[in-house]
Amino acid sequence: MSDTAPPPGAVVLEAEGLTKHFPVRARGRAALTRTPRVVHAVDDVTLALHRGRVTALVGESGSGKSTVARLLAQLYPRTDGDIRLAGQSTAVKGGRAFKAYAKRVQMIFQDPFASLNPVHTVRYHLTRALKIHGKKADEQGLRELLGRVQLTPAELYLDKYPHELSGGQRQRVSIARALAADPEALLADEPVSMLDVSIRLGVLNLLRDLKERLDLAILYITHDIASARYFADETLVMYAGRMVEGGDSETVTQNPAHPYTRLLVDSAPNPERLSAVGDEDEDDLGEPPSLIEPPSGCRFHPRCPHAMAICEAQVPVRIELTDAPGHWAACWLFAEKTDDEKTDVETADADAAQAETPDAETPDTETTDAEKEQEVVS
Amino acid sequence: MTPVLEIKGLSVDYGLGDKAVRAVREVDLTLRRGEVLGLAGESGSGKSTLAYGATRLLPPPGVVAGGSVVYHPDDGAPVDVLRMTHAELRAFRWDQLSIVFQGAMNSLNPVATIADQLTDVIQEHRPKSGKHERVARAAELLNLVGIASDRLTSYPHQLSGGMRQRVMIAMALALEPRVVIMDEPTTALDVVMQRQIMRQLVKLKQRLGFSVIFITHDLSLLAEFSDRIAIMYGGRIVEEAPSADIYADSMHPYSHGLLHSFPALHGPRRGLAGIPGSPPDLRAMPVGCAFAPRCAKAFDPCHTDLPPLTRPGDASGTDDRTVACWLHPAA
Repeated sequence: MSDTAPPPGAVVLEAEGLTKHFPVRARGRAALTRTPRVVHAVDDVTLALHRGRVTALVGESGSGKSTVARLLAQLYPRTDGDIRLAGQSTAVKGGRAFKAYAKRVQMIFQDPFASLNPVHTVRYHLTRALKIHGKKADEQGLRELLGRVQLTPAELYLDKYPHELSGGQRQRVSIARALAADPEALLADEPVSMLDVSIRLGVLNLLRDLKERLDLAILYITHDIASARYFADETLVMYAGRMVEGGDSETVTQNPAHPYTRLLVDSAPNPERLSAVGDEDEDDLGEPPSLIEPPSGCRFHPRCPHAMAICEAQVPVRIELTDAPGHWAACWLFAEKTDDEKTDVETADADAAQAETPDAETPDTETTDAEKEQEVVS
Repeated sequence: MTPVLEIKGLSVDYGLGDKAVRAVREVDLTLRRGEVLGLAGESGSGKSTLAYGATRLLPPPGVVAGGSVVYHPDDGAPVDVLRMTHAELRAFRWDQLSIVFQGAMNSLNPVATIADQLTDVIQEHRPKSGKHERVARAAELLNLVGIASDRLTSYPHQLSGGMRQRVMIAMALALEPRVVIMDEPTTALDVVMQRQIMRQLVKLKQRLGFSVIFITHDLSLLAEFSDRIAIMYGGRIVEEAPSADIYADSMHPYSHGLLHSFPALHGPRRGLAGIPGSPPDLRAMPVGCAFAPRCAKAFDPCHTDLPPLTRPGDASGTDDRTVACWLHPAA
């Protein structure tokens, strides 16, 4: 795999200003008096999936990452925004249109114990998927499908029931089922988080291999930022329903810009940090906000150590950063200083200040390039 | 350091007679005073079964088939937990040894307030305490884990997942036990919350001086937070060493594979392979080393003889490690 110069893969699936609000059912008196309230699950999400590339969407639980996947799979109607498949705006609601859409965009679910029917064999699951999408469901087709997910010899698996397979094998069967449609885009919602640690990498490596052979566009949803670095070409970070940072995976994980991404990277377990009890001052950083009444402005500002007056007042826009092409953050810390009221940056610490200066020659750029070259071709 | 809990030759079966499946096989494990002992392994490796077997909390069909679990109180003679009467056990639990359960977030009673649940524990073990005293203690406990004491009147559903988890930890510490067993206490939480809780736990441990058995599958978390790590596979401990040694120089191929199953967030990006194959079926265990079928370095004795857990002859420096692998025979 060559991250360094990705072929300009065509955009397969893109979302612009994608928004989803779930209504909250009001009970009792509230139903009569209050205006209906909504959960702002996803607000103004813009992303693009490219052919032959893995895009990771990282965030805590409740950040709206799974909702994005479900919106892209057209399992929920969207509140606002646009989803374009190969440049064409699409909104389908069941029926034939949905089937045609599903043929091109397939989803892999988190829990392979729940997503396969326990009373049917592997053969039934795959045959059904092939038939629905108008493919020939003969012995050879099934064998080829299982071969693609490295379940060989196929005879060993075809007539097994889900309970006879291990977790990793089950997830492979559900990947094979998704591949039966011969899709252009795969939406993988935490595909490995339910699997045993020793077999997670096997499944990720398989997905990477498929991406290369079949030129798939993959959306990889995860809460584990280290695995995003390992597996994805591009990483997007979500917080409380909004995107906060994006860029190529190496830059986002090694040079995180947004304070939330920094918090996420610092919180990941790191065996190299041997003084576990460190005397760092951060102690209680609070919790993600309620999405029924999300904080005004930047949704991270109540927890942010660098929060300024503007953070509370205005939603930050995407600001392109200079350290690597395509790296952006939605944070006012990186706004060009225009000498108006933004002089009250009192708490910005040293490295925030460094990142703030629009200086193209920061040493950061060099380190990332060097690290990219170190990559082992797998 | 003196031991506080010594598990010797513990075996645990699920079921009886011919159909019994042995989930834990003759495990020896020592928890020393004031340390955090990490117990790592995949699901089905027997790590939770070991902890529940040792504390006699196994629900049927789990049966302790043999061994002893000796608890050394601060003052007084050592006692075998497996031979306690029910009354003794009742007094021992929570007072001397407490557990934070897996998915602890959901082990709070949804129809009772936090105050009720915290004071209940104290009332049971300290029947002479007054009501005000107990409520004051409950408030103190909440502060200890970083929750404002006005949350005492809240119900569990009014707290976030991280706060519920902290309440469970506070409850486990209510009577200042000497041993706390934590079974995947942070698995259901986000990394930011996980880190906060782990840091708080380490601080509390330093202040109150209890010992912890920390069960998890996340080896990178253990490497950072525990003093020693024991790695289980197929119901046995395959390697035990100080965590820095395991991380820098793991001897058993399974420990090595497990450590290299976590992509690194820092340092060079490498191609990783995980471990081929899947965990063993406890009903049909291999004759020799349980890991042999998945092991790239397996050679003749691995398939026929069970490697004993001994101090390896080729260990550099520390005396304080054991491994069960024919690649590292005893000195």
